[in-house]
Amino acid sequence: MNSIKNTACREDYNHYVKRKVLVIIILAMMTLVVALYALCSGSADIPVIEVVKALLGLGTEKSVIVTVGIRLPRVIMAIISGIGLAMAGCIMQSILKNPLASASTLGISQGAAFGAAIAITYLGAGQIMSNTSGAVAISNPYLTTICAFIGAMIVTFVILGLSKYRNVTPETMILAGVALSSLFSGATALLQYFSSDVQMAAIVFWTFGDLGRVSMKEIGVVTFVTGLSFIYFIFNRWNYNALESGEHTATGLGVNVPKVRLLGMTIASVSAATIVSFVGIINFIGLIAPHIMRRFVGNDYRFLLPSSAIMGALLLLVSDTFARMIISPVILPIGAITSFLGAPLFLYLIFKGVGQNAKN
Amino acid sequence: MLKIDALQFSYRSNKKILDKIKFDVTKGECVAILGNNGAGKSTMLKCLNKIMSPQKGTVSVNGIDLLKLSRLEIAKNTAYVAQKNEGNQITVYDAILLGRKPYIKISPTKRDYEIVEDIIEGLNLEELSLRYIDELSGGELQKVMIARALAQEPKVLLLDEPTSCLDLKNQLEVLKLIQEITKEKQIAVVIVIHDLNLALRYCDRFLFLKDNSIYCYGGIDVMTPENIGAVYQVPVAVESYHNQRVVIPLT
Repeated sequence: MNSIKNTACREDYNHYVKRKVLVIIILAMMTLVVALYALCSGSADIPVIEVVKALLGLGTEKSVIVTVGIRLPRVIMAIISGIGLAMAGCIMQSILKNPLASASTLGISQGAAFGAAIAITYLGAGQIMSNTSGAVAISNPYLTTICAFIGAMIVTFVILGLSKYRNVTPETMILAGVALSSLFSGATALLQYFSSDVQMAAIVFWTFGDLGRVSMKEIGVVTFVTGLSFIYFIFNRWNYNALESGEHTATGLGVNVPKVRLLGMTIASVSAATIVSFVGIINFIGLIAPHIMRRFVGNDYRFLLPSSAIMGALLLLVSDTFARMIISPVILPIGAITSFLGAPLFLYLIFKGVGQNAKN
Repeated sequence: MLKIDALQFSYRSNKKILDKIKFDVTKGECVAILGNNGAGKSTMLKCLNKIMSPQKGTVSVNGIDLLKLSRLEIAKNTAYVAQKNEGNQITVYDAILLGRKPYIKISPTKRDYEIVEDIIEGLNLEELSLRYIDELSGGELQKVMIARALAQEPKVLLLDEPTSCLDLKNQLEVLKLIQEITKEKQIAVVIVIHDLNLALRYCDRFLFLKDNSIYCYGGIDVMTPENIGAVYQVPVAVESYHNQRVVIPLT
């Protein structure tokens, strides 16, 4: 009798798990479709078949240059950055038990912006030059990226250091993040005030965010960092599930809570800092992607982590394609577009309560 | 089975919250921790599985000092149910499966699922198994939390005020369940509880905490008006009603 009941219980549960997995598979397929569309579309439209041929190395010279040389790095960077930012946001929200936690709330993005502003105003990365699409480009992107990364990591280590000093509680971390965010925003504003017109334009341009800045080599760096972080987070998914039940319950379940929090925050921050340093400030992806997926798959990190990551990729890819297509050939700033498209979507989700019955 | 000896805990070096705590619990026995607010009951419970680290003393289960074990090993020996449980958007099944966390290496095994399903069946939670726990009533949620603790297959079960947010029916149901589990699984159970009458009804031994140390510890014979009056500073009578001892406040 027991085993019959258990089998029925297991079947129901397996069915439930399959539905969650199906959500992830559908999201991944949607991302692939949008990626293919992004490779086809632009100032020069290329048919799907040509794109596929170009990807396989069989296309015409023009299609290979446009697809593989120009559009593919951008599409890959959108996917990887979306994954990284959403994953970091998801983990920060879990660890800090705060629905507003993300790289921008904690000041990591502001730290990066300040680092970039220093590079532009004081380290000679500030001359601007026209690029092919008529926008501006920073003359020394490597220096800017390195300084942005240092800025972001300073914020990360100050938050973690302060938290360690006064015990690692979510409250101290988020409050320290808010304070640092304000500090670095103010510092960047002061730098802008005292910089020349050219430098100021370069700082503003950097903070807009641009997925087209990177080459395949840089994508490799971001993929490596994001990949390692993803493996670490997936490996710790049960710890994050336990943390959702409260600190003491998690400890009772064998979780070393301070260690899981500190390592999780460090890895999420490094991952977000790396991405922001390469592509500039991209708002909202880290915040919105986990929230959307919580409504569809609940709070179980076995499903929430991978689905948030893919949702981040999908959102960033859609935003970037929109930014490229809407008044082509002008490419709108991606950071503005993610906020512009993300905020109404977020509001809609909050008020419509989509997915309240997702589990049924 | 569970032996606590010379346990001492303080938040700061000077002020001792717990001092010279020494008692033991045999298997199949349920011990009530009683005392005023701030007496250190919950702190003591948390010291027993190192959620809080005591400065001195030992907590041994079958002769092994828990305080020297890793957190995972402690979680395989003791399970803890917190006073306040946070509702969350995970299913009852997954909430109970989380109890297997100390044993899960990469993914749950067939045995983990079987244990969870046996507990679900044993506690009659089948109907709720795919409901999110934040949609459950207080009584249902408390049962799920106890189910999770049982999934840890503990030798010692620690419960911090398991009935504090429940109505009378659920208080009786939950404590009856705990009593049955204690006998059936032959585990040692330590409960922090405020209601003296519920403690009298469902617990086997009683430990009074006063002024950071044990005032008295023993069977039903320590539940005297003198002891209760001294610890709670409220005059009481202890009477027998239908073969059940009851505590009646006299103020």
